[in-house]
Amino acid sequence: MEKLLSGNEAIARGAYEAGVTVAAGYPGTPSTEILESLVQYKDEVYCEWAPNEKVALEMGAGAALSGARVLVTMKHVGLNVAADPLMTLAYIGVEGGLVLVVADDPGMHSSQNEQDSRHYARMAKVPLMEPSDSQEARDFVRIGMVISEAHRTPVILRTATRISHSRSLVEMGERQTPPKPKGFQKNPSKYVTVPMYARPMRVQLEERLGRLRKLVDESPLNRIEWRDRSIGIVTSSISYQYVREAWPDASVLKLGWVYPFPDGRIREFAKGVERVLVVEELDDFLEEHIKALGIACVGKQFIPNIGELSVTLLQGCRAQMEGRSIPPVTPHPATQDLPPRPPVLCPGCPHRGIFYALSKHDVIVMGDIGCYSLGAFRPLERLDSILCMGAGVSMAHGMDKAGEPKQVVGILGDSTFFHSGITPLLDIGYNKGCSTIIVVDNRTTAMTGHQEHPGSGRTLMGEETIAASIEQIGRACGIKRVKTINPYDTETTLRVIGEEVQTKEASLIVSSAPCPLRQKKRVGSLRHIDVTLCKNCRRCLKLGCPAIDGAGERPQIMEFLCNGCGLCEQVCTFDAIQEVKE
Amino acid sequence: METTQIRNLVLVGVGGQGILLASEIVAQAAVVAGFRVKTNEVHGMAQRGGSVTAQIRYGAEVHSPLVARGTAHVLVSLEQIEALRFSDYLAPGGLAVVNSLVITPVTVSMGAATYPKDVRSRLDQVFSRVVYADAGQIAKELGDIRAANVVLLGAASQVLDLSEDHWHQAIRLCVKTKTLDLNLKAFEAGRGLKAG
Repeated sequence: MEKLLSGNEAIARGAYEAGVTVAAGYPGTPSTEILESLVQYKDEVYCEWAPNEKVALEMGAGAALSGARVLVTMKHVGLNVAADPLMTLAYIGVEGGLVLVVADDPGMHSSQNEQDSRHYARMAKVPLMEPSDSQEARDFVRIGMVISEAHRTPVILRTATRISHSRSLVEMGERQTPPKPKGFQKNPSKYVTVPMYARPMRVQLEERLGRLRKLVDESPLNRIEWRDRSIGIVTSSISYQYVREAWPDASVLKLGWVYPFPDGRIREFAKGVERVLVVEELDDFLEEHIKALGIACVGKQFIPNIGELSVTLLQGCRAQMEGRSIPPVTPHPATQDLPPRPPVLCPGCPHRGIFYALSKHDVIVMGDIGCYSLGAFRPLERLDSILCMGAGVSMAHGMDKAGEPKQVVGILGDSTFFHSGITPLLDIGYNKGCSTIIVVDNRTTAMTGHQEHPGSGRTLMGEETIAASIEQIGRACGIKRVKTINPYDTETTLRVIGEEVQTKEASLIVSSAPCPLRQKKRVGSLRHIDVTLCKNCRRCLKLGCPAIDGAGERPQIMEFLCNGCGLCEQVCTFDAIQEVKE
Repeated sequence: METTQIRNLVLVGVGGQGILLASEIVAQAAVVAGFRVKTNEVHGMAQRGGSVTAQIRYGAEVHSPLVARGTAHVLVSLEQIEALRFSDYLAPGGLAVVNSLVITPVTVSMGAATYPKDVRSRLDQVFSRVVYADAGQIAKELGDIRAANVVLLGAASQVLDLSEDHWHQAIRLCVKTKTLDLNLKAFEAGRGLKAG
């Protein structure tokens, strides 16, 4: 039966069918929905959100050594975090199959960079597969699992936003009964990477890669589609779909198993066409290798290495290659002066109160990854840098130690704190830092769509569990000043942030209020503006709340958007903003 | 439309308006009708009150899940200026279905930009065929403002080669049983809206 599935749902289905019994990951767009979908089979597959990607991969490695079939999921930057275990897991290898899904985000729809994660496969010397649609996403997980188990290697399945979040029809199959795990078989020379054992493992890694090179050339995942032979295009992933529309008549070498590079197939294809073009998103991963084989080809000379590709963009590249010009599309003048609509903190978002309070202090704020990155934009503009998960804490500490003349604040969310914020907090405690760290604790992983985490009290499988206390962790890290505040209470928030910033000692502020989007209910009563009292000072608009419409004569609260947080009522000095009596 | 041609639909709106459900209904209607279907949606940061799009393509064979600019047969906009923002997706002669709803962007509220006052006439300048309606009001009268998206889909359905039965089956697959009746009525109301 065929079913319309997103790439992520198809990966989950493929993992279920492949007999996966253990799955772990950390939420991150565009990878999040894989585990959210796989958990529907929780009676047969153990699924968990790990605190971070490194833990997820290590957890998966342990499960695979015990003989389980494993799926591990993350976004591209998550693989940076998990790179450490990956590089050595390639040495140790696996007993049960392990497929590591990494979802890249070309165009940075919801990411801080657009790295090309394919490089990791070459660096770790492990197989890499790239599906082009949901059917292949499902199929490749199954095939990847077979290769992983047969060759004792982790396999990377790399998707991109347009694979993960596009839906297409998928022919599904039955679940293969996973082999009964044989349990861990003690063998230090195989599993203990002390130098005397790791050196032979290093040799075996190259031998394995040699065996895989032979297999990849015979793999049906790399197929030649002969059409017009005056041009032959080497491509993979979503680029294949665009190529089929921009060059419908061209011959195509469609790669699915991308690394180790299928040299034989590439040579065969190049011989059969007059000119070779390589079309790939982001880096010249394929092109560089094809050139190294001594095959003349063009690629990044015409195809951008920044951002996403598209059919329209490739049609432009084609015209350029063929020396044609495409008449520029002139946008209609009536569409040229539209007000921008960037993403904003939601109405009723508890983070708004914190940023508003911070805007009253001349401090430097090191931000982090999550919804609160939106605090960087006008009118709040209270976030000065974002690097990566957890860096809000460590960069604040670094600035402090560098003797930065201004007070330094680090801000991060609860899920980010559990992911990578604890070790830098320990650094502050241990090395006697004195920055102020604010954890905006909304008890969920909000940005990616409200996933559970170690502080939420519930697991991915829906079971009740501990709700780790950020305050207690802070104290255990040696932070003596630990304060918990309600961010909807403006006066206290302003006061506490003021005090803690001035203190010549490290402090941890936990801003505690659940995400109203998750709660699916209003924070409090709706508010409205009494026009007889409003002096039109427009102070309420400084909150940047999407529910307060400032387009007219006077500010007005849009009831259908208001979440009743009451922040506007507290910042209004004329008592013009009041609860709507219901 | 020729039978071999791919049909392209673009839905646009503001993050949080429920564009994903609307997209799913269209996609399921095309599946029920026996077409190959691809869709694409935006998740993550862009959902937080920003401009969002969802795209659906169906036909005998579909490669790219993204609709190329200038090729959409229908552009459905859940907020009125978003139709103008994404107008270049529409093919010449395509139908624009526009909800008259205004959601003021924060950029306007803080005085950094202005919301155009002549949206209705701009729509006529930019599009050759426009259905412009207060879908929220229509849905409200039928029982729940949240069915506004399905009203707009009803209007869009007039130029798509999917039968009423296909749409009904899709709505049945995508909405909760208790809102089924409301959504079917909303769809009918939209189907009766005329371009003007």
